[in-house]
Amino acid sequence: MSSLSMRPCGDFRTSYKQDNTIFETKTIRWVTIFTIIALCFAPMLVDGYFITLLIQISYLGIAALGLNILVGYTGQISLGHGAFFGFGAFASAWLNTSFNIPVLLCIPLAGFLTMGVGMMFGAPAARIKGLYLAIATLASQFIIEDFFARAEWFSGGASGSMANPVSLFGFDFNTDQSFYYVALFALVFMFIWGCNLMRSRDGRAFIAVRDHYLSAEIMGVKLNKYRLLSFGISSFYAGIGGALYAHYLGYVSAEGFTIMMSIQFLAMIIIGGLGSIKGTLMGVIFMVFLPEVLASGVGLMKMTDWGNIPMVVDGLAYIKEMAIGVVIICFLIFEPEGLSHRWTQIKNYWKFYPFAY
Amino acid sequence: MNFELLTQLIINGLIVGLLYGVIGMCFVLVYKSTQIVNFAQGEFLLIGAWVCWASLIYLELPFFLGFILSLVFMAGFGVLLQMIVLRPMIGEPIISVIMVTIGLSIFFQALMKWIFGVSPQSYPQVFDDQSISLLGLNIEMAYLMSTVIALIIMVAFYLFFKHSKHGLAMRATAFDQQVSQSLGISVKHVFAMSWGIAATVSATAGIVLGMVNGVSDSLSIMGIKVFPAVILGGLDSIVGAIVGGIIIGVLENVAEFFDSQYLHIGNMYDIAPFYVLLIILWFKPYGLFGTKDIERI
Repeated sequence: MSSLSMRPCGDFRTSYKQDNTIFETKTIRWVTIFTIIALCFAPMLVDGYFITLLIQISYLGIAALGLNILVGYTGQISLGHGAFFGFGAFASAWLNTSFNIPVLLCIPLAGFLTMGVGMMFGAPAARIKGLYLAIATLASQFIIEDFFARAEWFSGGASGSMANPVSLFGFDFNTDQSFYYVALFALVFMFIWGCNLMRSRDGRAFIAVRDHYLSAEIMGVKLNKYRLLSFGISSFYAGIGGALYAHYLGYVSAEGFTIMMSIQFLAMIIIGGLGSIKGTLMGVIFMVFLPEVLASGVGLMKMTDWGNIPMVVDGLAYIKEMAIGVVIICFLIFEPEGLSHRWTQIKNYWKFYPFAY
Repeated sequence: MNFELLTQLIINGLIVGLLYGVIGMCFVLVYKSTQIVNFAQGEFLLIGAWVCWASLIYLELPFFLGFILSLVFMAGFGVLLQMIVLRPMIGEPIISVIMVTIGLSIFFQALMKWIFGVSPQSYPQVFDDQSISLLGLNIEMAYLMSTVIALIIMVAFYLFFKHSKHGLAMRATAFDQQVSQSLGISVKHVFAMSWGIAATVSATAGIVLGMVNGVSDSLSIMGIKVFPAVILGGLDSIVGAIVGGIIIGVLENVAEFFDSQYLHIGNMYDIAPFYVLLIILWFKPYGLFGTKDIERI
């Protein structure tokens, strides 16, 4: 996790408690707290479009963190995360409209429902690993997608289902600005929970299973239990993210939760850094802003004389898709440890400047 | 029970299943020799079919010349892909390798959509008769050709691996990379060759399918449909891929038959193989012919 070189000179750790803190140094802690406070004022400072992007980062970030716990920390592969995200969205809308449960309660309940489904599909994970697991989760992606299209009582079939906005004590969070606070709270809460999970016994067991599962088993870590638990937790996160997405948009339809979405989640954690909580957020931010940057790049090109090529301007949707593929490949070839690793290196460089070591 | 329809569907299933078998063989070939699971298999079909289509329409070549041209192109494409993208991934964890092929698949799918558009295009007519009647059943000419081509490819694979020097080198590499390297086999060449062969043979399947249904984006779905077939047969068995392909091909048609006649659930044709896939993974993870992984501590 944290390398020795990252701490200032003279700051030694003398107990396990100090070694297990959420924030490595005081500076990081204060920076994080100030960032969160600054984010609270964001609706007053930036325009509405930026707020929608921040909300998008929040719900995708929660789901991506779940995937990172599964892939980055436990070493299992899942190609069905998009379907679980969708299941959470539908489950929350369904619980709210059919049982009249308050939305705020629906979101965690949807998380638990998704957890159940995820553990059901993750059950083969207890026996198989690596490649076979990847293919099994691929199958679950298609089966759940098919279920969405078919189960009208659950998802509303082809017409989709409506979701009510989050409300608390009669106040509806139905604007972007107000929902932003719900999303921000959920994001911070889930990330702190994720950090704490990784500091606990279970978190260490996950890492042991990833690093060398035979040794872990010999040391008394129950492999089946932890593989299944990891699947459950990751689906729980996906469900929460999906539920937020549903109540934010107010409408869920089955088309969005395809294999492409699962791949985008995987892309996020690979770009950010497998096995890094901070990296997850970086990857999500990268993937949310990538299409925006491309769109404005093409927009700028359109204005110049030489750049107004109809093929490029019309093919923007395909360029965005291609960019996702290219980014995945380039990161895996040139920066397999992701943005968080690069960030650490940049920080180290400045810390020791002008000496390289 | 409508026996005539059922027989027709089973025959269709056998024909399509043979094609699944061919695609599955390429998949297994790549997996066996390079330990890479190729999620971009479907895109090989797609690119091959589009290149052939473009050479027929824009260059106005006769069919067989265009066919050969696109096969040559795909062989070079496969080799280049291995050299540029996949060679740096040797020795990386399995998730990285899988993700690279997924990235390739996204990239080429979008690229093909960008270049050739989203609407399906059909090949110019190759045969004079659209379908012939065999033992009272209607069989499309293109299907018949696909069966013949599939069988030729299978025999060619057998002869290649059994009797040629390169085939022997590939089998040795699949058995043990270090040993074969120490015996003077260039593992690099074997890797490149297996990607080249896989791309070429998949492109053949793509062109045949394109002749039947028209070339469109949906061809790349074949690359995903081949997973149930290879898992059923065992990931590292070429015979298994053929058997699995035929079983899955027949199974999806039979599922479609029972669905349309009795169950009326809908969409069974696409989804039944994946249920089978999950069931196999629960009970027999290494498939019918796959070798079991035994781990040493």
